[in-house]
Amino acid sequence: MIANVPEIRISQAQPQPELGSPEGPRPADPALAEVSAVRSFLLSRGNSAIADRGFQWLMVLCALSIFGIVVLIAVELVLRSQLAWSKFGFGFFFSAFIDPATRLPMYWDPVNGHFSALPFLYGTLVSSFLALLMAVPLAIGVAVFLTEMCPRVLRGPLAFLTELLAAIPSVIYGLWAVFVLVPLLREHVNPLLIRLLGWTSLFNDDNPTGLGFLAAGVILAIMILPIISSLTREVMTAVPHSQREAVLALGATRWEMIRMGVLRNARIGIVGAVILGLGRALGETMAVTMVIGNSPEIHRSMLANGSSMASVIANEFAEASSDLHTSALMELGLALFVVTIIVNALARVLVWAVTRGAPAQVH
Amino acid sequence: MGGYAGSAGAGALRYGDQRVGEYKLTTEHKMRARIRALTDGAATGLAVLSTLLVVAPLVAIFVYLVYKGASSLSWAFFTKNPAPVGEAGGGMANAILGSGILLGVGSLIGVPVGISGGIFLAEFGRGTKLANAVRFTADVLNGVPSIVMGIAVYSLIVVPQRHFSAFSGGVALGIMMIPTVCRTTEEMLLMVPHAVREAALALGVPNWRSVLSITVKTASPGIITGAMLAFARVAGETAPLIFTAFGSPNWSVALNEPIAALPLQIYVYAISPYDEWHRLAWAGALVLIVLIVLAVSLVRYVTSRGVLKGAS
Amino acid sequence: MGVGIEVVSLNAWYGTNHTLQDIHLNIPANHATALIGPSGCGKSTFVRCLNRMHETNPIARVTGTVRIGDLDIYKDAKPVEIRRRVGMVFQRPNPFPTMSIYDNVAAGLKLNGYSNRRALDEIVERSLKNSALWDEVKDDLKKKSGASLSGGQQQRLCIARALAVDPEVLLMDEPASALDPVSTSKIEDLIFQLKSQYTIVIVTHNMQQAARVAEKTGFFLNGRMVEFDLTHKIFTNPSDKRTEDYITGRFG
Repeated sequence: MIANVPEIRISQAQPQPELGSPEGPRPADPALAEVSAVRSFLLSRGNSAIADRGFQWLMVLCALSIFGIVVLIAVELVLRSQLAWSKFGFGFFFSAFIDPATRLPMYWDPVNGHFSALPFLYGTLVSSFLALLMAVPLAIGVAVFLTEMCPRVLRGPLAFLTELLAAIPSVIYGLWAVFVLVPLLREHVNPLLIRLLGWTSLFNDDNPTGLGFLAAGVILAIMILPIISSLTREVMTAVPHSQREAVLALGATRWEMIRMGVLRNARIGIVGAVILGLGRALGETMAVTMVIGNSPEIHRSMLANGSSMASVIANEFAEASSDLHTSALMELGLALFVVTIIVNALARVLVWAVTRGAPAQVH
Repeated sequence: MGGYAGSAGAGALRYGDQRVGEYKLTTEHKMRARIRALTDGAATGLAVLSTLLVVAPLVAIFVYLVYKGASSLSWAFFTKNPAPVGEAGGGMANAILGSGILLGVGSLIGVPVGISGGIFLAEFGRGTKLANAVRFTADVLNGVPSIVMGIAVYSLIVVPQRHFSAFSGGVALGIMMIPTVCRTTEEMLLMVPHAVREAALALGVPNWRSVLSITVKTASPGIITGAMLAFARVAGETAPLIFTAFGSPNWSVALNEPIAALPLQIYVYAISPYDEWHRLAWAGALVLIVLIVLAVSLVRYVTSRGVLKGAS
Repeated sequence: MGVGIEVVSLNAWYGTNHTLQDIHLNIPANHATALIGPSGCGKSTFVRCLNRMHETNPIARVTGTVRIGDLDIYKDAKPVEIRRRVGMVFQRPNPFPTMSIYDNVAAGLKLNGYSNRRALDEIVERSLKNSALWDEVKDDLKKKSGASLSGGQQQRLCIARALAVDPEVLLMDEPASALDPVSTSKIEDLIFQLKSQYTIVIVTHNMQQAARVAEKTGFFLNGRMVEFDLTHKIFTNPSDKRTEDYITGRFG
């Protein structure tokens, strides 16, 4: 068979090798000595299997420390809440001691050793719910504006500003809330609410300080807003452009395109973002402590003083008057721990389902 | 080919020369179109309003901080310890130092462990179930309230030692940093192109050396950025310090004694009844926020400007 | 000086994909051997089996024997040790981006603990000269980063890096396919000069390139080695019809 390949030129200068010869020409070269020095050095280095394995194990250990931290927290909290648990059992969370004299519940009485989690569960839920009520529409509005409507020039700076909101520490929010927000509520907002909505019995004037559930709800709303907003933006941007174009091609207005093409597709992720915001609100401590009024009571009025699980721990832990008191606080901490883990895990699963495995941004 | 002809309101649908149908915009159509347009406008308006409502408190907070804080800042603030209750003068020098020490201890614990965890996730455990579990747990841990961390460390260290200490405060901050640093390190390492790792392996470089001197080194701007982010985040934390570091009116560098911290001091002063302390709280808040904003802005600059180009 | 490579019954898998089927081959020392074949025929996998890079993929598997010199690389040595004796140049130049030109060339030695500064200087110089890059970079050795060079220069830098550890075998996986014609011809000249000192195995898509630089050529098809013979015979008088079809352009 003769192959007809005129373009391939074989260089004439190639020496014809003898097949099977294991060695080629060996020029006398002073550099050769240096060269074999390198080779013998490398040959002597061994295979570093021990170093490799040791290094790998060290890295694994550090990664496992994450589990270790969770276990550690759980163990410590469970141990220290044993006392309260053995005394009150599950009733800690849904019953309270009724004072036989007044027929009224005494939720939190360190002096006589009566402890119930009810007012704190109530306070946590009410303040978080208020916060979500105010934050979610605003956060989604901001997210929609930034992803779909905002002129490109403004997008960067505005996004940066919302991220800055997330960077402000809780205690500074609390500081601002105490000296700016609370007086504002006290002087202007609360009287208005009492006048307009007092008939709902959600706003009464027993507490003229301006502190209370509403104040806590507002400052919490400001604090969780950046998280919900930035996660919502993330899931909205994850919706492929083809979805938007399909809706537009049907003659939809821009808002209809956003509603049908983007929000509908992203709604699972948005729910996840909201739940993540809820998780943050549940555990927020410093700002809430400073404005919620710190009273272990349950009132229907949003303007009443109250207390949340995190705030009572912050307030009373350092000066807890008895072992039972400390243990009750620890049990509250354990409840907070479990609840936030569940809420956060749920949120992460939902967000992951939409953004599909892209490594979650650290929030 | 297709189209319609006729007055706005009614007409014929044509395909070429053929008349294929008719259309008529009824009053219902016109009204619906108007509603849709209005809805669109309203939605846009609401979105803009939301943005303004969100940016407003941010601006308000910053302006107020600067206004109230700057007027209370003085040289004394940075150099003096707190004066006795009710007296004028005094500063937060010990709190600034205390925060520095606590953050130092925390970083010493949090950064190496976090980076190593990230190295595991990116280099050794990629795709494994263990890595997925670690990653998920780290994200969930990030959401645990810092006060819970605080009382756990209290139970672990303060109770057996029978005293509050800077060490316990540092540990609390450190374990808060670990999940954050771990995740950002993983993200940065994943950005290093596979070709770089292959080149190192093909040279016969031991794996541990390749990971450290090549892969980690290539991703180091991003890794450092991630550490700074975690640092800025715990710098403002108060709750975990209340029962560990506890705070102190004195100048202290000892690790096994209570120590002051900037956010903690701000909290104590803010809820106190003394105007003088309120002023100091504002000043402290301003200092704290400036440091944090600087760190966050630097992080943003590094990540957005592609100064991470070492990885490409 | 180079050594010969003997391959016996080599089989390789990527997961369930039987990428290489029963390869037998004798690569002569101190010569250049080209491996040609259509995309996906397994020639890249084959060279990656020669320096045990194939197994860095978690789903990869290898059976058979590869002897470099008189060393069975799968039985008698660890991968790290083999890779110091068998150098590799990749299709896309991959200099270490955070290192200077000097550090790039010296990387194979420095990262293995070599610390003799003066000797390193000489080795770097010699390697860069051997890869025809010395004149272009000799003034910026420590100032410029490896990634700041042009494509062709980067590839020559990678060759210098591979040469610095004085391997016995040099594997080149389509080293010029990402480069412009001028850089390509520079690299081909390089191979021509280097083959007297090292055993070179070069994978190439470009048959003219194989004809220019290699004494022997192997034709791979669908994971099997169809024909392995002197280059001029493969290209003028191949024994197997499939070889003839490939080199006349009937497929691939």
